[in-house]
Amino acid sequence: MYSNKVMDHFSNPRNVGELADANAVGEVGNAKCGDIMKIYMKIEDNIIKNVSFKTFGCGAAIATSSMATELVKGKSIEDALSLTNKAVMEALDGLPPVKVHCSVLAEEAIKAAINNYKKSIGEQVTEDEYTCNSCCHNKKCE
Amino acid sequence: MKQIYLDHAATTQLDETVLKKMMPYIRDYYGNPSSIYTIGRDSKKAIEEARDIVASCFNCKNSEIYFTSCGTESDNWAIKGVCAFNKNKGKHIITSNIEHHAVLDTFLYMKKQGYEITVVPVEKNGIIDPLKIEKEIRKDTILISVMFANNEIGTIQPIAEIGTIARKNNIIFHTDAVQAAGMIPIDVKKMNIDLMSISAHKFYGPKGVGALYIRRGIMIDNLFHGGGQERTRRAATENISGIVGLAEALKLSLENMDYNNNHIKKIRDAVKRGIEQKIPYIIYNGDSSQRLVNNINFCFRFIEGEALILMLDFKGISASSGSACTSGSLDPSHVLLALGLPHEIAHGSLRLTFGRDSSMEDVDYIIDSIAQVVDRLRQMSPLYETFVKEQG
Repeated sequence: MYSNKVMDHFSNPRNVGELADANAVGEVGNAKCGDIMKIYMKIEDNIIKNVSFKTFGCGAAIATSSMATELVKGKSIEDALSLTNKAVMEALDGLPPVKVHCSVLAEEAIKAAINNYKKSIGEQVTEDEYTCNSCCHNKKCE
Repeated sequence: MKQIYLDHAATTQLDETVLKKMMPYIRDYYGNPSSIYTIGRDSKKAIEEARDIVASCFNCKNSEIYFTSCGTESDNWAIKGVCAFNKNKGKHIITSNIEHHAVLDTFLYMKKQGYEITVVPVEKNGIIDPLKIEKEIRKDTILISVMFANNEIGTIQPIAEIGTIARKNNIIFHTDAVQAAGMIPIDVKKMNIDLMSISAHKFYGPKGVGALYIRRGIMIDNLFHGGGQERTRRAATENISGIVGLAEALKLSLENMDYNNNHIKKIRDAVKRGIEQKIPYIIYNGDSSQRLVNNINFCFRFIEGEALILMLDFKGISASSGSACTSGSLDPSHVLLALGLPHEIAHGSLRLTFGRDSSMEDVDYIIDSIAQVVDRLRQMSPLYETFVKEQG
C-alpha cells in the first residue's frame, strides 16, 4: 500500500531525534488520533541551518516527517512556509488516501515551528489553527 | 530471512493432510452433488460424510450442520435469518460490544431495518457478565448473539451460562465461534447453543468455506434463495473440496487439540514473560486465564501500532495491531476501547497469535525483535520524550 519512497523514509528516517540547539520547535497533532509530529529547527539569518523531528504515528506519519525535514533543510523560512502537503506527498511518490492527513500534519508542523520562531523574535505571525483535519471530523480529537 | 508467522487468528496455513483429502474433489470428482447419476452421487456422498464428521465434533445431528462460504456469511445468515423469521414476535436483539464486525455491522444493519439493538459492554478484562445480558432481556427480545472467543484479545466468554439464560427465556442464542472452533471443545447441546458460526481457515482448513449449526426446530429465513441444496435452506452448488477440507481440518484439530494447545501455550507464555521482563510501560489486554492459549495482546505506550507491525515485518515477523492505521479507519479497535483504554494507548497495540507451527526456538528472537522495535519507535516519539522529561 505504500510506495518504495515511503517505505525508504519510514525504515531509514532522515533527521530523526531532538535538536539540542534548536531555536524553533513546533508540535502538531493529537495522541488521541494517533499522530503527533514535533519539528526542531536551528534558524540562522533567516535560513533553516538544521532540522530534525520526532513523530508518534504510523509509517506514513514517520515518512512524511522525514521527507518534510529534507525538503526544508537549508531553505529560507519563506520557502519553508510555502511547503505544501501536496509537495510532501509528491516527493514520496504519493500516499494512500487514508494517509493524506499525515502530509497535512507535516506541513503544519513545519509552519508551527517557524511561527513559534517568529514569535520568539518578536515578529507578527498570522495565527493558524493547527488541527488534524481528516481525523477530527468525528469530534473525538478534542 | 526466516519468516515467523504470528497471526494465526487472521488465518492459518492449510494442513497438508487436509489438502490431500481435498485434491480429488477439485478435479476428479467434479460431479454436481445435486445430480442423481454416479459422479454426482460421489460428490454428494463426500459432503454427507463431511457433515457427519462436523456434527460429531460439536455433539449435534448431521442434519443440524449447514455449509456456507465463510464465517461472515454464517453470522449474517444467523442474525438476519432470526430477525426476519421472528419479526412478528419481536424486534429486539442483544449482542456484546466486542463482537467481530461480521456480527456488529449486521446488528447495525438490522437497526436500520427497524430492529432495536442492545449492545452490552464487557468488563475491563474483556469478558461479558451474563447477568448484564439477562437484565437487558425484554418481552420482545428474539436473539442474543455473543462470540465464543474474541479475535483480538482471545477472551473466552461464558457461553454455557448465556446459553442457559437464553433457553430459560425462550430466546434464540447465536455464537460466533470462528476463533474458538478447533481450539476449545464445544458441545452445542450442553451449552444450549441454537446457532453457531465457524470458518475452516482458522483451524488449518481452506479459505472460502464455513458452516452454520442450526439447532433442530430453530426456524430462520434463508439468506440465499435458489436451488434445493443444504435441505433447501442454503441455495448454491456446494464447494465440495472446501467442505471436505473443513471437516478433515476440524477432525484433526480436535484429535490433536490437547497436544497443540499445550505446545502453543508454552511458547505463548514464554513470549509473554519475555516481553513483560524486557519492555517497560506496557499494558496486557484481556483476561490472562479465561483466554485462548494462542493469544497475546499488549499495548506499548508512546508508540503507534502500524509502525510497529511494519518494523516487525522487516524482521520477518508477521503480527497484527488494533491501531486505527492498520484498519483503514480513524479509530483504534472497538475491542480495545471496550476495555476502557484511552485512544492514545489503544493505538499502540500488538496482537500475537501463535499456532502449532510456532517454535520454541524462535522465542528469544521474537522477544528481542519486539523490544528493539518498541525502543526504536519510542526514541522517535515526542510522547516518550515528554514522558521521560516529566519523570526527571
